[in-house]
Amino acid sequence: MERRHLPLTRGSSRNRGSSRNRGSSHNRGSSLSRPLGLLALAAIPVAVLGIFFLLPVIGMVGRGFRPEGRWDVPGVLAVLGRSQVQSALWFTVWSATVATAVTVLLGLPAAYVLHRLALPLRRLVRAALLVPFVLPTIVVGIAFRVLLTGPLSWLSIDGTPVAIIAGLVFFNVAVVVRAVGAAWESLDARPAEAAAALGAAPWTVFRTVTLPALRPAIVGAASVVFLFCATSFGIVLTLGGLRYRSVETEIYLLTTNLLDLQGAAALSLLQLVVVVLLLAVGARLRAVPPSGQRVPVRPHRPGVGDVPQLLLTALVLGFVALPVGALVVGSLRVEGRWSLANYRALTSTGSHQALLEPATTALDLSLRIAVDATLLALTLGLLVALSVTRRTHSRAERRLRGTLDALFMLPLGVSAVTLGFGFLVTLDRPPLDLRDSPWLVPIAQALVALPLVVRTLVPALAGIDDRQRQAAASLGAGPLRSAVVVEVPVLWRPLLAAAGFAFAASLGEFGATSFLARDENATLPVVIYRLIGHPGPMNYGMALAASCVLAATTAVVMLVVERLRVPSLGVL
Amino acid sequence: MRLRALATIGTTVLLATTGCAVTAKNDAGVSTGSTTGGGSTTGGGSTTGATTAPKIKDVVLVTHDSWNLPKKLVAQWEQQTGYHLVVRASGDAGRLTNKLVLTKGAPDGDVSFGVDNTFATRALKAGVFATYTPATVPAGVGQYDVAGDDGSHLTPIDHSDVCVNVDTTWFAAHKLPAPQTLDDLVKPAYKGLFVTPGASTSSPGMAFLLATIAKYGDAWPDYWKKLMANGAEITDGWDQAYEVEFTQGGGNGKRPIVLSYDSDPAFTVKDGTTTTQALLDTCFTEVEYAGVLAGAKNVPGAEAFVDWLLSPQVQAKLPKSMYVFPVVAGTPLPADWATYAKEPTQPLTVSPAQIDANREKWLQQWSDVTSR
Repeated sequence: MERRHLPLTRGSSRNRGSSRNRGSSHNRGSSLSRPLGLLALAAIPVAVLGIFFLLPVIGMVGRGFRPEGRWDVPGVLAVLGRSQVQSALWFTVWSATVATAVTVLLGLPAAYVLHRLALPLRRLVRAALLVPFVLPTIVVGIAFRVLLTGPLSWLSIDGTPVAIIAGLVFFNVAVVVRAVGAAWESLDARPAEAAAALGAAPWTVFRTVTLPALRPAIVGAASVVFLFCATSFGIVLTLGGLRYRSVETEIYLLTTNLLDLQGAAALSLLQLVVVVLLLAVGARLRAVPPSGQRVPVRPHRPGVGDVPQLLLTALVLGFVALPVGALVVGSLRVEGRWSLANYRALTSTGSHQALLEPATTALDLSLRIAVDATLLALTLGLLVALSVTRRTHSRAERRLRGTLDALFMLPLGVSAVTLGFGFLVTLDRPPLDLRDSPWLVPIAQALVALPLVVRTLVPALAGIDDRQRQAAASLGAGPLRSAVVVEVPVLWRPLLAAAGFAFAASLGEFGATSFLARDENATLPVVIYRLIGHPGPMNYGMALAASCVLAATTAVVMLVVERLRVPSLGVL
Repeated sequence: MRLRALATIGTTVLLATTGCAVTAKNDAGVSTGSTTGGGSTTGGGSTTGATTAPKIKDVVLVTHDSWNLPKKLVAQWEQQTGYHLVVRASGDAGRLTNKLVLTKGAPDGDVSFGVDNTFATRALKAGVFATYTPATVPAGVGQYDVAGDDGSHLTPIDHSDVCVNVDTTWFAAHKLPAPQTLDDLVKPAYKGLFVTPGASTSSPGMAFLLATIAKYGDAWPDYWKKLMANGAEITDGWDQAYEVEFTQGGGNGKRPIVLSYDSDPAFTVKDGTTTTQALLDTCFTEVEYAGVLAGAKNVPGAEAFVDWLLSPQVQAKLPKSMYVFPVVAGTPLPADWATYAKEPTQPLTVSPAQIDANREKWLQQWSDVTSR
């Protein structure tokens, strides 16, 4: 399969040739030390992931395995036999699969329209599409349900799996549009043109030329979307009306309510197994990343053949805009009249003092934390991306790289509850007495953003023709200088794109943050959650207004990132 | 990043070595404050007084998301006692309790507020709390003690009742008498009008399940079957029930009967009259406790904090700050509370020990009945 369409991607076939040459000229002694060099480069991110992710998760799961201080493996395995565990697993797998499939199917035409067609305002639309990404689930849940029980009640999908899947698609469609759209933009148009010139119908061209070339991007986006869907917590409960349980909601119930650590440990392991399987399949399908060295295509004017795609895109946009619109309208209504009072109230502590600090203080803090988290995620992500895209010489090394790549995807696939409690039980004594460190929130958010950063940078780095580095070296450039002249020019724009993604992910993060947030540093999503949990119409209005502010902030950041992005390089 | 971790470790080591100097300075700086502010409030039933060990300034409070007291009040306490309050708030009462149980022995603070009667037994059984009873407990507070503990570890601070609430304007407009009892909710006249948060995901939802268990005993699943058959809606959180479904909520919902609190009518006052009413025969009382954590670094500070929560100043601010009633009888209530927030005289109760023993079983049964 891979080999068949390799000739289409000229860059990667070149890569293969050059690395084979390099490999044969290498002696065996240095090939043994290469994995060590790889580890050195990845040491810092691995250490951070080890301390702030693996250690807490293992600590928490370990407690479940040793309930009374003794190992009780059969007890954990027995949990897997419970009927509700099996049905939760089944629900998780099928709902996440269906939601991922729908997201990809709807995202593809939108990616094409928004990235390949010359439409007015497409930058703005692309930026706006990322808004759902940061909206707190609790607010979106309310917006969805106000629609489903009100103007859209004729659909009668409230409380059904259809509503859950619609919610999941709403949150994730932007991931597919951005990732696949960026790859589509940088796709070499000539093979498709050649196929068309040889008489292939548009659908045949798409199926045999375009789709295979887009496969790595589609698979990468689909894996991320699947992880988001499979670990979604609020949507399943809110839109399913408690009738459906997923692995994540079971973990939440067992950990935060019943304190059944054994059950939670079993489910966490189950979650890990599903995630690892998925990542393995994804890595196999992603295989050869497309090269970035191509002639970028200029967007063309929409033609008659683009009508179906345009219609589908309009549908997607309408679908995303509807709940967001409901939020905006709700935030502007006070006691049946149009008013900006909810927005003005954001500088106060809410009616009946629902908050300790005004919401504006929380926004300020959210932005600061998001900047810290973004910088952290970028630094770590860059190191990871550099270490997994170095040229591979042996199978063992390739495997090590693959493992590293997958390792940094894990934070998306593990329950925030497990991680949050894990922080408390493992980082509690010197030398790792870190659970009260103000850095814990940005670090946790950076871990969540890290997979997005890695998926953005890896394709760009992998696309660099190795001969450029060799040329720089043969002209006398040291490793640093060669990095500055070869990698930096290619990387800085994807870095900015990754920064945007990381910033949005951090700004909207609620799961892990809610475990760590303190009164002194409540982020805006946490504040929105508090406002909505308190009686009083003003608090509800303020929560909606705060969500709109969060959304607008994200859209502006994304718009800035859009302007800086270069079309020839992929995102994700 | 690693630098940060190293810096943190370094700072910890540094603090450990210079700790004596720092705390000694604090002690000297605040010694006058502690004597003036102490008096009646500090130095209660505990024998480990602040006399020998150097005084630690920070008092770390581990609490839930709803923790809220006016800044001024806290500053006043800090000034009087020389302590500094550090608040670590996250999650709800359930998450808080589990956090305390998980960090037992190495607690993330000195004192906790917010463990309620539905989780108290779990925390007490795990040995999370140290023995402490304030020297002066006002009369009447003892009635809220956890049976068996009798105030030796957990001090009651506030209470609130989870009750079925009705939108009186809706019932007036529809010329229908509002329901009054749990039995009424399963009558055909009220079909499709009731919404409640779920017991597995919401603490008021759990309180309502307990109310039905208190009322119907072992026959409670039958009641829930009838409730569901009568079109009751279950949401995951209080916010969904109130803001989306309830007719008086922000989302202009369609259901005029909602599970909420007995103080709610004080929040729905329009033009000098309230638009909602709490049904006082449907209430389950939730009591919130404070206690000194076993293994606390600052025991005197933690004890002083518990004392302070029972003080008239704090008790008077509880309604407006945390939407709960003070436990100390005779504490003046805010005007709208005094007028509109009626308390049940005979709330439904289930003992904390029974809740702890049966929670999992009940929730499982409840899920089976409600997900059909």
